[in-house]
Amino acid sequence: MSDIYIVGIHMIDFGRHPNRTPGQLGAQAALEALDEADITIKDVQAVFSGSNYTTMIGQKILQQIGQTGVQIINLVNACSTGASAVRMAYTAIRAGEFDTVLCVGVEQMTGLGMLGGAVPGSIPTEGILGSATMPAVFGESGVEYAARTGATQADFAQVAVKNHYNATMNPKAFLRKETPLDMVLEAETIAWPLTKLMCSVNVDGAAAAVVMSEEQVKRRGLMDRAIRIRGSAMASAPWQERDPIMHDVNGPTRLAAQKAYAMAGVDPRDIDLVELHDCFASVELQHYENLSLCGEGEGVKLIRDGSTELTGSIPVNASGGLLSKGHPIAATGIANMYEIALHLRGQAGERQIRGAKIGMTHVVGLGTSAAVHILEKA
Amino acid sequence: MNVVTQAPKPAFPFILLDASGQPSLIAQKCTACGATYADSERVACGRCGGRADVLETFLPATEGTLHSAVIVRRGFPGVDVPFISAVVDLDGGPTIKGTLRNTAGFEPDHAAPGQRVRVRFDDALGRKDKAGGSYIAHYFEPIPA
Ligand SMILES: [Zn+2]
Repeated sequence: MSDIYIVGIHMIDFGRHPNRTPGQLGAQAALEALDEADITIKDVQAVFSGSNYTTMIGQKILQQIGQTGVQIINLVNACSTGASAVRMAYTAIRAGEFDTVLCVGVEQMTGLGMLGGAVPGSIPTEGILGSATMPAVFGESGVEYAARTGATQADFAQVAVKNHYNATMNPKAFLRKETPLDMVLEAETIAWPLTKLMCSVNVDGAAAAVVMSEEQVKRRGLMDRAIRIRGSAMASAPWQERDPIMHDVNGPTRLAAQKAYAMAGVDPRDIDLVELHDCFASVELQHYENLSLCGEGEGVKLIRDGSTELTGSIPVNASGGLLSKGHPIAATGIANMYEIALHLRGQAGERQIRGAKIGMTHVVGLGTSAAVHILEKA
Repeated sequence: MNVVTQAPKPAFPFILLDASGQPSLIAQKCTACGATYADSERVACGRCGGRADVLETFLPATEGTLHSAVIVRRGFPGVDVPFISAVVDLDGGPTIKGTLRNTAGFEPDHAAPGQRVRVRFDDALGRKDKAGGSYIAHYFEPIPA
């Protein structure tokens, strides 16, 4: 079976882009990805695009960069939207229908405020039905993890310390400031145990990828920049007694990771670096275990002994993670792949993980949908 | 001026008010696989796929164990903070979410998992719908050890 590759990938600087439309943000990312793949919009046979806050985003992008009349499918799949687009490109190319597909994730979120909130009903339920804000929901998941493993608030805070430090070397990140442990712990409490510096920020952002069949990569002579997709898997939440009263981000991540490892034929020990979904600091430790980067209950040990720092045995979120880059929901999945691609190609600058050959990306959106990809330098 | 007084309504589908307005919890259990749900009108069982005919209604316990909780200190505009958002496993199921009140304070100890709580019913913080109707909600309170 021939392989499928990412041959162009880009993320725009995440942050505040008040004078640009979502279509323009997506167009900017798409053009950079097309340029890197040395193709034009006329070579693209299908578009999978996604946004949670803008409808028909793919059409809005092509209105900017070229209305070729190709098939566009727009996705709304919470935080897994961008990765879902790549997953769909992968399966469409695997099916043999297309050989060149463009994937884009876009979000314009400045001013949206804290996300979450109960569904509209007869009366507002926030404060009665507990809290439906994202910090509360993920905080509850973190407290559950802490009760099981002995993790402390300081362990969660240490994730923010690590990721914010990494971002000082990432010019595309929104927050590029070191935050020592006491600063993280003393920041405003949003939902204990999570302080403000342990929560990702709503930003505007876009990321895009060109996905291509092996035959086409070879024909165009693009193997020098190609990133092989060795594993591509998604899962929803398997039944669990507390879900969805308590959204389960663990079960779907575990299922997707197991499928991706099996598909790639690799072991967790073969992974050189990981970009995972640290929408809140606490959940990074949960995902160490969910992604089998360590054994059950050993996530705490990984952060305490520095294993997931840039210089550790399994660096996690070298980009600074969502905690630093900001989290433009639908763009995040492709942005995580962009970071891995940089390291596999040796283009990550100061934060480069030396000799990186295989990387993993992960996103998980509440509802729930998880996506895991395993990428390798061709 | 006519003042129309309406009987309060349940704030959530897992609260039942009897003819005299007496509140209780109501839930559904799958007789095929044992799954429990904080709901009263499910279409089918989310665990085993059993259709509505295998779902039976029951009145869950009003005591349970705090599974997880956070102390909410920044909320949406108009919502008073701090408050404790709590996930409680009722004895015999199901799990429900709500607000833990009448704690001695708002420190991590007051939201510690494992503590025993009971369910109380009360007015939904004075909130009313567009027609002026009031609602009965559930609250968790610590059971003194
Ligand atoms: Zn069942």
